[in-house]
Amino acid sequence: MSQDAEAVKPCYPLFQDNDYQQVLARKRQEFEAGVDQERIDEVFRWTTTEEYQELNFSRESLTIDPSKVCQPLGAVLCSLGFERTLPYVHGSQGCVAYFRTYLNRHFKEPVACVSDSMTEDAAVFGGHNNMNEGLQNAYQVYQPDVIAVSTTCMAEVIGDDLNAFIDNAKDGGYLPREVPTPFAHTPSFVGSHIQGWDNMFEGTARYFTINEMADKEPGSNGKINLVPGFEGYLGSYRWVKRAMEEMGVGYNLLSDPTEVLDTPADGEYRMYAGGTPIEDLRDAPNSIDTLMLQPWALTKSRKTVKQTWKHDAPEIQVPMGLEWTDEFLMKVSELTGQPIPESLAKERGRLVDMITDSHQWLHGRSFALWGDPDFVMGMTKFLTEIGAEPKHVLCHNANKRWGKAMRSMLEETPQGQEAQVYVGKDLWHMRSLCFTDKPDLMIGNSYGKFIERDTRYLGEAHEVPLIRIGFPIFDRHHLHRNSIWGYEGAMYILTTLVNAVLERLDEETGHLGSTDYNFDLVR
Amino acid sequence: MASMTQQEAEALIEEVLEVYPEVARSERAKHLSAVGSEEQPSSKCVTSNRKAVPGVMTQRGCAYAGSKGVVWGPVKDLVHISHGPIGCGQFSRAGRRNYYTGHTGVDSFTTINFTSDFQEKDIVFGGDPKLDKILDEIEMLFPLNNGITVQSECPVGLIGDDIDSVAKQKSEQLGKPVVPVRCEGFRGVSQSLGHHIANDTIRDHVLSQREPRREAGPYDVAILGDYNIGGDCWASRILLEEMGLNVVAQWPGDCTVAEMENTPAVQLNLLHCYRSMNYISEYMKSTHGTPYLEYNFFGPTKIAKSLREIASYFDEGIQDNAERLIARYQPEVDAVLAKYRPRLEGKRVMLYVGGLRPRHVIGAYEDLGMEVIGTGYEFAHDDDYQRTYPELKEGTLIYDDASAYELERFIERLQPDLVGAGIKEKYVFQKMGLPFRQMHSWDYSGPYHGYDGFAIFARDMDMTINNPVWGRMTPPWKRAEPSASAAA
Repeated sequence: MSQDAEAVKPCYPLFQDNDYQQVLARKRQEFEAGVDQERIDEVFRWTTTEEYQELNFSRESLTIDPSKVCQPLGAVLCSLGFERTLPYVHGSQGCVAYFRTYLNRHFKEPVACVSDSMTEDAAVFGGHNNMNEGLQNAYQVYQPDVIAVSTTCMAEVIGDDLNAFIDNAKDGGYLPREVPTPFAHTPSFVGSHIQGWDNMFEGTARYFTINEMADKEPGSNGKINLVPGFEGYLGSYRWVKRAMEEMGVGYNLLSDPTEVLDTPADGEYRMYAGGTPIEDLRDAPNSIDTLMLQPWALTKSRKTVKQTWKHDAPEIQVPMGLEWTDEFLMKVSELTGQPIPESLAKERGRLVDMITDSHQWLHGRSFALWGDPDFVMGMTKFLTEIGAEPKHVLCHNANKRWGKAMRSMLEETPQGQEAQVYVGKDLWHMRSLCFTDKPDLMIGNSYGKFIERDTRYLGEAHEVPLIRIGFPIFDRHHLHRNSIWGYEGAMYILTTLVNAVLERLDEETGHLGSTDYNFDLVR
Repeated sequence: MASMTQQEAEALIEEVLEVYPEVARSERAKHLSAVGSEEQPSSKCVTSNRKAVPGVMTQRGCAYAGSKGVVWGPVKDLVHISHGPIGCGQFSRAGRRNYYTGHTGVDSFTTINFTSDFQEKDIVFGGDPKLDKILDEIEMLFPLNNGITVQSECPVGLIGDDIDSVAKQKSEQLGKPVVPVRCEGFRGVSQSLGHHIANDTIRDHVLSQREPRREAGPYDVAILGDYNIGGDCWASRILLEEMGLNVVAQWPGDCTVAEMENTPAVQLNLLHCYRSMNYISEYMKSTHGTPYLEYNFFGPTKIAKSLREIASYFDEGIQDNAERLIARYQPEVDAVLAKYRPRLEGKRVMLYVGGLRPRHVIGAYEDLGMEVIGTGYEFAHDDDYQRTYPELKEGTLIYDDASAYELERFIERLQPDLVGAGIKEKYVFQKMGLPFRQMHSWDYSGPYHGYDGFAIFARDMDMTINNPVWGRMTPPWKRAEPSASAAA
């Protein structure tokens, strides 16, 4: 191909051109020593069978295409949500490059985070010197108010003691004693990113409150504490804040990254922006109570809040969908004595109105879905509320107790009768399920696109389209700005689902002269 | 604005260094420099390939990234296991755009994440038994794989696992390569050691273990150090084939083990990214007597020069073909320059990238009338900088392993018309109102290699520099002079 300057072709469709196709075919034929197309298709078809699924599910050691990452990523997101706080990861530097990149790609925003770049000598002698120098440099160069320290698995395996190291760094004059340094051990070989968020929050809450409890009294500030957990949708945080404001409830949203991960393009780069003021966290024990918005992912934080702050931290569900948003607002109302205002009742009414409008396209549709435990549970709950049917409900980073709770929730609703729940399984398991027991659609993060592609290869009738809701979303822009929490979040989810169903229907019925009798203008 | 003089650049460096505590300042000072004039060459060359200064926000990655992410990962018919905890494999999954053809999950595996997802018990009791099982499970579910590599994450080297013996035993049992790669992230100071370790394992487990499968032909060449990002290597091999050469292998983008095995017998190895694959090139030169040639396929000037150099290793027929090829593409190049050069002439660029691009893309910018006024590498060695200085003009800033702070200050001060770096830098500079292109992933575009790639490169630089958005950063009611900064 020679490019036409007036119509320059990038990779696709450039490589579809005949000369490139010939080059690639010759490469394959003469040099790659691969198998022929017949054999490829034979093996491909085998990977779509029940027989393969059985082998696939017999795996004990190999993980393929996970739907989780490691703890320190969660720790970084948690720390970003506090005012002028610099996340600092003690351990190998490559991890921090990866965390930043992962968050950059999802949020399309800069992410400031430092590493203390431990190398082989630190593996032998410990990362003490790295901590000294790292804290000194990070503080002087980036002038944070707070440095929030977490760990990579390297530091965990060699057993570095954060408390002692940080204290020694301050003793040694590397960091002024008064600079707050909350910390958490976040081993990558335990749990996942959601536990990293939980551990970092717990460490931060402990750091700022445990020695200042003497003058604290639950209820004295009249506020309510809200702990979001690992949440990838900025709109979710914003909905929670708006709901509290509409209720006239004073609140502390404990970790709020909605400013630092959404700064304007106006000629200035803001490394720090917004975030929960540390004073709010110090004052948090004086609140009426604390609500864990993703209860399955905040067990350690909840324990500390109960023990240290003497809060009930009542068990609630993630505020997703209709009923659980109702419950959340009623719980806030019950705790604070503030009535739920008409504005939220109206918002609820609008959501219900939207469900009535769209239910006929969603009732009975079956869905495969995956993601973090609270997300999957909230999404499953909402699907059953709109008449849809969860089919394959998969959570890679949940525990058995979650699986049990999910199954009993599904048993209680007619929409849940056909659902199967998979705990600790990955997206290669999900791939098998989508072949052997096809759902109408999938709901999940961007990684699902590979399952969509594979199902399409088997034939149009087998294709399972992906609806992108979850974390991370790398291949669509700006979706993370929406809410998936509250009535507003349910509206976004509903709109996304119903239009995915309708787009699919239009694709199927848009064939002139064959299926287009049903290619309706009005749906 | 004109570029700085050497003195101005050095003054800027001094000013930026002021922020650091003493130890960090003296270390960082060695990594920053300004190019001198011909009469007065730079007083110092930058120091490179040293440990990153802790806490300053280096943009560097690790040895695992250099091996799994860069050198081994793109080899498509092998299964690459991210051996250790869950994160590394997921963070490095399918983000680098090493294009390949094949049926993923059947005969190709590049964008799949295979991991051992280490749990606490694997750390305590060791991960070797798990690895042994994993190798069987891969064989069970992916029968068309042509081998497996084990990409070590940090804990593997810290808990005393012996992946070498597991791999050796399994390799004999399966009759295909099982390659243990000790690329734990804490080794070395950057991605660079990971490249080296990966090269050494290719030497030890592929090249030295297996014979070429085909008779060498008189025009056989191999492309080394091309990651086929956005299809770069395909846009390169089409030119080589058109001039009559036989591209037997391309490493590692869209590469197969069979291609690797056949490489030592070629007449000439063509090395694009020197940094990441010079080791194996040297090995083939010393062991098999296969010469290698560094070349540059960015921009028509360097492409033509490279094509002639490559042809000079062959007979007159090939040399004539090279001339015909260059002549055939000239009208296309002229059309691209006629369209884009007037829109880009005089624009100033600052780069901060990896292996070869901080020097290799300079010519392509210059073909478009643009000027590179600052450049630096994340993980270069001295030999990279030696290859870079001749490409640079007086006053050009050089920054090795730049911290986020340094990049921000340098770029803020120099206000280039374009910044070319990575995703971690992208959003910072876009918010500052500076046109930005990712120069690792081609910002989801590409290829940029070859003549076809150059047209895309020109189009992309133009669309970003001349997009109307850059004139809209300041609200009209805050502008000093109404409409003065409106976009072109």
